[in-house]
Amino acid sequence: MRSRLAEALLIAAASTILFAGLASPAGAEDPAIGNCTWCHGGGAQGYLPAPRLAGQQRAYLRAQLERFRMHGRDAPASIQFMWAAAENLSDGRMRALTDYLAALDTKPAMDGNPALEGRGRDIYQNGVADENIVACVACHGPHATGVGAIPRLDGLSHSYLVRRLTDWQNGYNRAGATPMPHIAGNLSPDQIDALSSYLSNTRYAGAAR
Amino acid sequence: MLIVACSLAPGAAATAGPAESLSEKFAYCQDCHGPNGQGYRGFYPIPRLAGQQTQYIENQLRAFLERRRKNAIMLNVAHGLHGNMAAALAARFNAAKVAPIGGAPQTLAAQGKDIFDHGIPEKDVAACAACHGPAAQGTGEIPRLAGQLYEYVVFKLVNWSKERGQIASQPDTSLIMEPVAHSLSRSEAQAVAAYVSSLR
Ligand code: HEC
Ligand code: HEC
Ligand code: HEC
Ligand code: HEC
Repeated sequence: MRSRLAEALLIAAASTILFAGLASPAGAEDPAIGNCTWCHGGGAQGYLPAPRLAGQQRAYLRAQLERFRMHGRDAPASIQFMWAAAENLSDGRMRALTDYLAALDTKPAMDGNPALEGRGRDIYQNGVADENIVACVACHGPHATGVGAIPRLDGLSHSYLVRRLTDWQNGYNRAGATPMPHIAGNLSPDQIDALSSYLSNTRYAGAAR
Repeated sequence: MLIVACSLAPGAAATAGPAESLSEKFAYCQDCHGPNGQGYRGFYPIPRLAGQQTQYIENQLRAFLERRRKNAIMLNVAHGLHGNMAAALAARFNAAKVAPIGGAPQTLAAQGKDIFDHGIPEKDVAACAACHGPAAQGTGEIPRLAGQLYEYVVFKLVNWSKERGQIASQPDTSLIMEPVAHSLSRSEAQAVAAYVSSLR
């Protein structure tokens, strides 16, 4: 509960930083992604509440930008932060941005609870068959690097992962997201915490395929 | 602030005991095997089950469980099937009708059809049609291949003896197929996979 409150404060702070940022255009390291890194952090490594984009699967990034633009990704944070950012992106600029972002090196967030990593790894690799919980590894891969339109998950921040899975449970972001809304729906809050801890503390050193 | 309010809402509660509802179990299979059982390209190819022979499905689920067929993901899945759930799921998938998902290199399909219909006489490879049926629909414990994912078929054919029939003291139906898989080169496997993956 307390950490949710902290997150809310950070979200409020991030919007303030954004507007301060827009007033003075200096600071971002690459002009092509300057507008994005105000929220997504230096090197696009993620900054609450905006997820890391660096090293993410290109096809996945493209599909999400398309979905923000068409308003199919409709969770409160998506509406508040990304609808405007995606609104006027031309197809060409979207391609340039996603090519650029996908090629960046990644840093893991490392903000999960280490005590939950073992349980999280077990659910990720094996699922929980008696509770109809799938093994994430089948689609996201043994190192959680994803493939194509399936995103990499290794090293994304704990708070982002928790929010994303919970948003699906609450009925948001359903358009085009099969099978994730149903998969997330079967997870308990404890399981989400464990999975997110494992993933945010995981770093795959090799290149995603 | 809206975000916080929403994320505090309780998520779906986890089931306490073994999940025994057929429709929930079916939905769980569909998470991976595709909404209509048409198969799915995950990190690993996940095979089509739509229209698959019921006996074949049940036989393979037993093979995973007994580790005669090696696959960690399906070993776990099979452990979660109790009572007559496997038979009920097999019947549901068998009844599902859906077009193939496609995506195979079509340039190979003509050579593949030739192998499927006539085998490769100079290598002593029997015609696939002899066992899998002229339209690749399968029968009993012999699987349907029509509409199966290209990547999955290639992967199984080139890996046969590393995955199937893994307990020497318990010879099973995988032995019938083994000499065929063994004799096919990778490019022949690709050709025949391209052909069957497009069949309805
Ligand atoms: C106002 C802050 C803000 C700006 C500016 C912004 N983003 Fe975002 N972005 C967010 C937040 C917050 C989320 C998480 C939304 C959610 O949870 O649904 C997000 C999510 C995303 C996602 C989805 C990532 C995933 O893993 O699913 C992509 C892709 C993305 N942003 C790309 C961009 C790009 C490209 C730009 C620049 C054109 C940009 N963003 C600018 C805040 C921002
Ligand atoms: C059958 C394939 C499949 C399985 C199994 C699967 N996923 Fe996914 N996952 C996807 C796809 C496809 C997407 C992209 C959804 C979209 O486009 O909205 C995704 C997206 C996600 C995202 C969003 C990441 C981001 O950057 O916003 C998270 C988190 C996630 N999955 C977690 C999991 C977890 C945890 C499991 C296991 C309990 C799991 N997935 C199992 C296919 C799968
Ligand atoms: C976490 C993802 C996942 C879930 C959930 C899942 N499967 Fe699978 N299934 C796979 C994968 C991956 C394979 C391919 C294994 C291989 O390569 O040998 C497979 C293979 C199979 C096969 C062998 C098919 C063939 O053509 O030989 C059957 C039968 C099967 N699954 C049935 C089921 C049933 C029934 C369920 C639900 C109770 C289910 N699966 C749930 C991922 C999954
Ligand atoms: C003598 C009969 C016979 C012939 C000829 C035969 N098969 Fe098979 N095939 C089988 C049987 C039986 C199985 C089931 C094996 C098991 O239970 O593990 C099988 C399984 C398969 C599978 C695995 C399917 C899956 O869903 O995992 C593939 C792929 C396959 N055969 C392709 C072929 C191809 C291609 C040919 C021709 C080049 C061929 N078969 C010829 C009997 C045969």
